[in-house]
Amino acid sequence: MVIQRLKSLKELLQLKEELLGEYDSAKTRIRICTTGCRAKGALKVRDAFHQELGKDRSIEIVETGCQGLCAKAPVVSVDPDGIFYGGLTPEDVPEVISQTIRNKKIINKLCYSENKTVYPYIKDIPFFKAQEKIVLRNCGYINPTSLEDYIRRNGYVALIKIFRGLKPEDVIEQVTKSGIRGRGGAGFPTGLKWKFARQYQNATKYIICNADEGDPGAFMDRAVLEGDPHSVIEGLIIGAYAIGANHGYIYVRAEYPIAVEYSTLAIKQARERGFLGENILGSGFNFDITIKQGAGAFVCGEETALIASIEGRRGMPRPRPPFPAEAGLWGKPTVINNVETLANIPWIITQGGDAYAKFGTKGSKGTKVFALAGKVRNTGLVEVPIGMTLRQIIFDIGGGIPQDREFKAVQMGGPSGGCLPAEHLDTPIDYETIKEAGAIMGSGGMIVMDEVTCMVELARYFLDFCQKESCGKCVPCRIGTKRMLEIVTRFTSGQARQGDPLFPQ
Amino acid sequence: MSEVDIRKIDQIIKRFPPHESNLLIPILQSVQEEFGYIPPESVKLISRHSKVSRNKIYGVLTFYAQFATTPRGKYVVRPCRGTACHVRGSASVIRYLKSKLKVEDGYTTTDNKFTLETVACLGACFLAPTMMVNHDYYGNLNDKKVEEILKTYR
Repeated sequence: MVIQRLKSLKELLQLKEELLGEYDSAKTRIRICTTGCRAKGALKVRDAFHQELGKDRSIEIVETGCQGLCAKAPVVSVDPDGIFYGGLTPEDVPEVISQTIRNKKIINKLCYSENKTVYPYIKDIPFFKAQEKIVLRNCGYINPTSLEDYIRRNGYVALIKIFRGLKPEDVIEQVTKSGIRGRGGAGFPTGLKWKFARQYQNATKYIICNADEGDPGAFMDRAVLEGDPHSVIEGLIIGAYAIGANHGYIYVRAEYPIAVEYSTLAIKQARERGFLGENILGSGFNFDITIKQGAGAFVCGEETALIASIEGRRGMPRPRPPFPAEAGLWGKPTVINNVETLANIPWIITQGGDAYAKFGTKGSKGTKVFALAGKVRNTGLVEVPIGMTLRQIIFDIGGGIPQDREFKAVQMGGPSGGCLPAEHLDTPIDYETIKEAGAIMGSGGMIVMDEVTCMVELARYFLDFCQKESCGKCVPCRIGTKRMLEIVTRFTSGQARQGDPLFPQ
Repeated sequence: MSEVDIRKIDQIIKRFPPHESNLLIPILQSVQEEFGYIPPESVKLISRHSKVSRNKIYGVLTFYAQFATTPRGKYVVRPCRGTACHVRGSASVIRYLKSKLKVEDGYTTTDNKFTLETVACLGACFLAPTMMVNHDYYGNLNDKKVEEILKTYR
């Protein structure tokens, strides 16, 4: 099939109509996660489905990104009924086809169950019910390698709105109105960041997507790039238009091979269709994206270190100011946005900043994706309006602690974050309340710890991590983390001595 | 150590436009993709092509965890030591791998089959503890599962 480059907004709308026209939503579709679930044999399950169905074209197998409930990997959803199965093996597949697909019978043993209640349907499962999906709106529903799937679900439609009459300033106004703050961790208002970069006129500018998700325990950026890469590309195009950049980068960790593969493919597709390149959709706007692979350095998630890495140097941060918005990549004004932030942008533009600001708390608008991991039953990805309590996330959505053990703490914000003990379970969480409680929102990793986790040992673990990942530029970090690690290691190995900090007097 | 094909290195480097210092990391990644490590012979060639001093190239390649300066095994085993894996027992998985493969972290078995390379986080925290063998992910590990996985690569 020859892929036609779209030359105008009209052609995009036509294509969307055509794609919707030929789409039969009543058709039986088996959606199977073939990204994160690969670690539990999803590819073998997919092959089993193909083999079992043979030449039967009445049923479609859709390979998707993350569906959220990763604890049940490999997972499968059956549309249009909305049935959810987990923990499948290739041996289960013939039964799924003969019972569920052909005879509409539920197989209880594959269903999600909680407190002895079996939940066959997605709409009833407590894990999914309390969620509000904006960032993950397509994740797990579409085939991430299909541009057509993305367009069918309103993909690239924000560009129509922009090119038909939103000036860059109007775009920035909508983003400012939405109240969205950087999802990478620091929580700087995205609209303000764009405004700063916008004010430097007539210069070459850059926009960078930070996909160097280094915080251990965070995997939402990986899931977005693996499950819905075009949403990030669309976000980048909008950001570039707003600040006046003609070139962008996606800086993605090499440890995420599927994310690298899918985002590379998505860029190629976007170029073929005319969403990237010269004169995008006849608008006169030019923009293209290059992928840069990280090379395994935690510190490169920091924006100035990331810039150094793209420039081909050791990834060592430098003091700010000047901020990248003024002098970033090659000394030019540069905006760096996190994957999750960018995936929100197309939604904000199509629905309006006000619609986004309806979610969240006073100072922290919108939704946030959290990565639930550690000692929690439903490990996976959850997207909720900001302002939910930790109890709601960990117990209502997360299903609580395995073996009904006692909750001890939840670690948030990666190595520079902190641990929140049980007394904070009922705090509605937003950027400010988490900070007051002693942790940070960070990128949204939540690692739950139960009564058997030793907090002193965890402190030693984090110091070990920070010491290993220190870039070595500044003395307090290079030598300080080493000395702290030595002290805490003495405690964990029973060798602590008089004079050590915290040693009982 | 086996002989390295200089022409092959040259071919890889020539795929990149010359005198672009920003392409240093992608060049190093391509060389490593081909050879599994950065052969010392390649540094001079890369330096000449990209106009970056050898000194600086060594600075970069020793900075990033991805680059190795000695040959690696056929299979690179990457157990995750991220926080979620840590609280679910990655320390014991790593200990087991070390004892089974009889190597320390960062080293390669004498038969050049396996390299053990602990990583900061694989982003597969939902299935902790996890590891990768080359490009394949494995989750919910314990000693028994690790042994079974290693068997399939032996």
